[in-house]
Amino acid sequence: MMNFFIERFLGGKQGAVAIGILALLILVIFPLALDLFRLNLVGKYLTFAFAAVGLVLLWGYGGILSLGQGVFFGLGGYAMAMFLKLEASDPESTAIQTTPGIPDFMDWNQLYELPWFWVPFESFTFTLLAILVLPALFAYIIGVAMFKRRVGGVYFAIITQVIAVILTVLIVGQQGFTGGINGITDLRTLNGWDIRTDSAKYILYFINALLLLAVIMISRFVLTSKFGRLLLAMKDKEDRVRFSGYDVSNFKIFIFCLSAVISAIGGAMFTLQVGFMSPSLLGVVPSIEMVIFAAVGGRMSLIGVVYGTLLINFGKTGFSETFPELWLFFMGGLFIAVVMFFPNGLAGIYNKYVSKLAFLQRYLPAIKLPKSKADTQSNASSSASTSDNAAEGAKS
Amino acid sequence: MGDFTFQELTSILAMQGFVGISLFSVLLLMALGLAIIFGQMGVINMAHGEFMALGAYTTYMLSMFTRTHYPELMPYYFFFAIIASFLVAGIVGYLTEFALIRHLYKRPLDTLLATWGLSLIMQQMFRTFFGSREVSPALPDWLMGSWMPTDSIFIPINGMFVLGLTTVVTFAVYYLMYRSSWGLNVRATTQNRVMSGAVGINTKQVDRLTFALGCGIAGIAGAAFTTIASTGPTTGSLYIVDTFMVVVFGGAASLFGTIASAFTIAQAQSILEFFISSSMAKVLTLLTLIIILMIRPEGLFASKVRK
Repeated sequence: MMNFFIERFLGGKQGAVAIGILALLILVIFPLALDLFRLNLVGKYLTFAFAAVGLVLLWGYGGILSLGQGVFFGLGGYAMAMFLKLEASDPESTAIQTTPGIPDFMDWNQLYELPWFWVPFESFTFTLLAILVLPALFAYIIGVAMFKRRVGGVYFAIITQVIAVILTVLIVGQQGFTGGINGITDLRTLNGWDIRTDSAKYILYFINALLLLAVIMISRFVLTSKFGRLLLAMKDKEDRVRFSGYDVSNFKIFIFCLSAVISAIGGAMFTLQVGFMSPSLLGVVPSIEMVIFAAVGGRMSLIGVVYGTLLINFGKTGFSETFPELWLFFMGGLFIAVVMFFPNGLAGIYNKYVSKLAFLQRYLPAIKLPKSKADTQSNASSSASTSDNAAEGAKS
Repeated sequence: MGDFTFQELTSILAMQGFVGISLFSVLLLMALGLAIIFGQMGVINMAHGEFMALGAYTTYMLSMFTRTHYPELMPYYFFFAIIASFLVAGIVGYLTEFALIRHLYKRPLDTLLATWGLSLIMQQMFRTFFGSREVSPALPDWLMGSWMPTDSIFIPINGMFVLGLTTVVTFAVYYLMYRSSWGLNVRATTQNRVMSGAVGINTKQVDRLTFALGCGIAGIAGAAFTTIASTGPTTGSLYIVDTFMVVVFGGAASLFGTIASAFTIAQAQSILEFFISSSMAKVLTLLTLIIILMIRPEGLFASKVRK
């Protein structure tokens, strides 16, 4: 039983060490070393890591690049924000409005009653369900429409990007229903528990970190299952898997839905920790930034992307505080460099160089494994990821 | 719509239709370049909008230069600006292909990411050199004003000029791709790279020039764009998604499909814009496109090539 857990949820001994180090870092070192403001920032970054973990499943292993991951992050975030906003807009605190009891931005936009799709979000149970089910449902609809018709590769990327544009324009345009460009702000309590206090911020940070670790373990479980191997096979030679009698489109739909749900959990945690949700977190740019996190961390590494997300976001905050002009140069250059020279990101660099250092092998026997499973997998697929559809088309 | 008389409605349709034609012209010029790059080479150029902005900034620079040094040439500079925009964007495109794209031909999804990185860098360069304020070049007088066929219809001259320019460029692209020996080389390379190399086509050179041509046409789009709106560092990124939709909807590698889809998208958007808010017009147009693409994933006019 213990062995099963280590092999399937942690990814073998090496995976267990890696996830242990990550847990140590985000559960012990960060809370001890950082003040609350910085810790809250780290918490915010870690919510983006959910989306990046989703992209490892979808893009790294499934070979499906979605440029609309922010859509699902936003769906989760908005669902949570709608619940919190309704709770913050009780009739007493909104008594000065024309219609007390509805969110303030609705009042400003001459709405006199709560729109029907806001009503269910008064229930906390419904909200929690919605955070998990809505993104899955939405991803399912898109997935069925796309993958059943064998739309893939570049087309899928562009269409998901257009969906991100549509959702952003819709939210910004329908100010009365959605809060517009400012988003849903001024959130206060969760079932009567004030989320703005220091203690609440600590608690939310730990919930978020534990959820992230849980999501990584579940993802590892999925990837080490037979399904995970099929997913990788599908990415490398889709037709061969199809001709072996598997329904490829259903696999793709499933992994798309799973990554959507994971992103949505991140979005909901973002709302809770940061205290607002706005269209600036679900458009084209944030969606591509999530891809950047995954690419820099290593698109094949569930743990690497967490470090990638943290690194990029620390860099972004640091750079934009000191040299705001250089940030985009740096980001663009980093992105080009990662894609061209380190397709497996930080995790690839680690596997290639750091894990081979002799002194580490002497002092940390756990790391001393001949060649880890993840490493061989990522090598195998980096050579095989060259066989994307368009390249095939050009060759044939 | 009950508030309008029939005549007013026709005038509105005509004028909004013409607004749509300006949008159509820019979209088509952008999409032509993108369709060449994407359709012929399978490369996703996310920096395409920035190449358009590069053309627009070139036009702006040239107009400033002409105004300070040769004010008497102001009426004619715009023609040179079009050529200069084409050359500047084309040369930068050529260098980009050399430094970046050629290493990534086998990984089309990665070209998307690398060119996104390039677009970030180019945007920041525009911001550093030209500031984040939007700029517009001093246009020659003959481009201003409008033509009035009836009392209630105003047709702006710059719109007609852009339409004319687009027509010329479209025919030039058609000639180049389908009637010249160079176009034959490009199409041969697209269909079978190895065989093309075997019969003596320099496929690497073809790739590089095709990419440069696509970027150059984006530069022309930028020059045309300056006549209808002002240019900022992020101008390009506003049009890139629409342009991709044009290419995908028209069916990549089909010149006629690209024209038809640019026309449909631009007209749908600008006519709807008059009756509902512009954001809803955009949402409706894009949503319809996605639904059509779900029914017909290969686009309106797919090339009938067995893959």
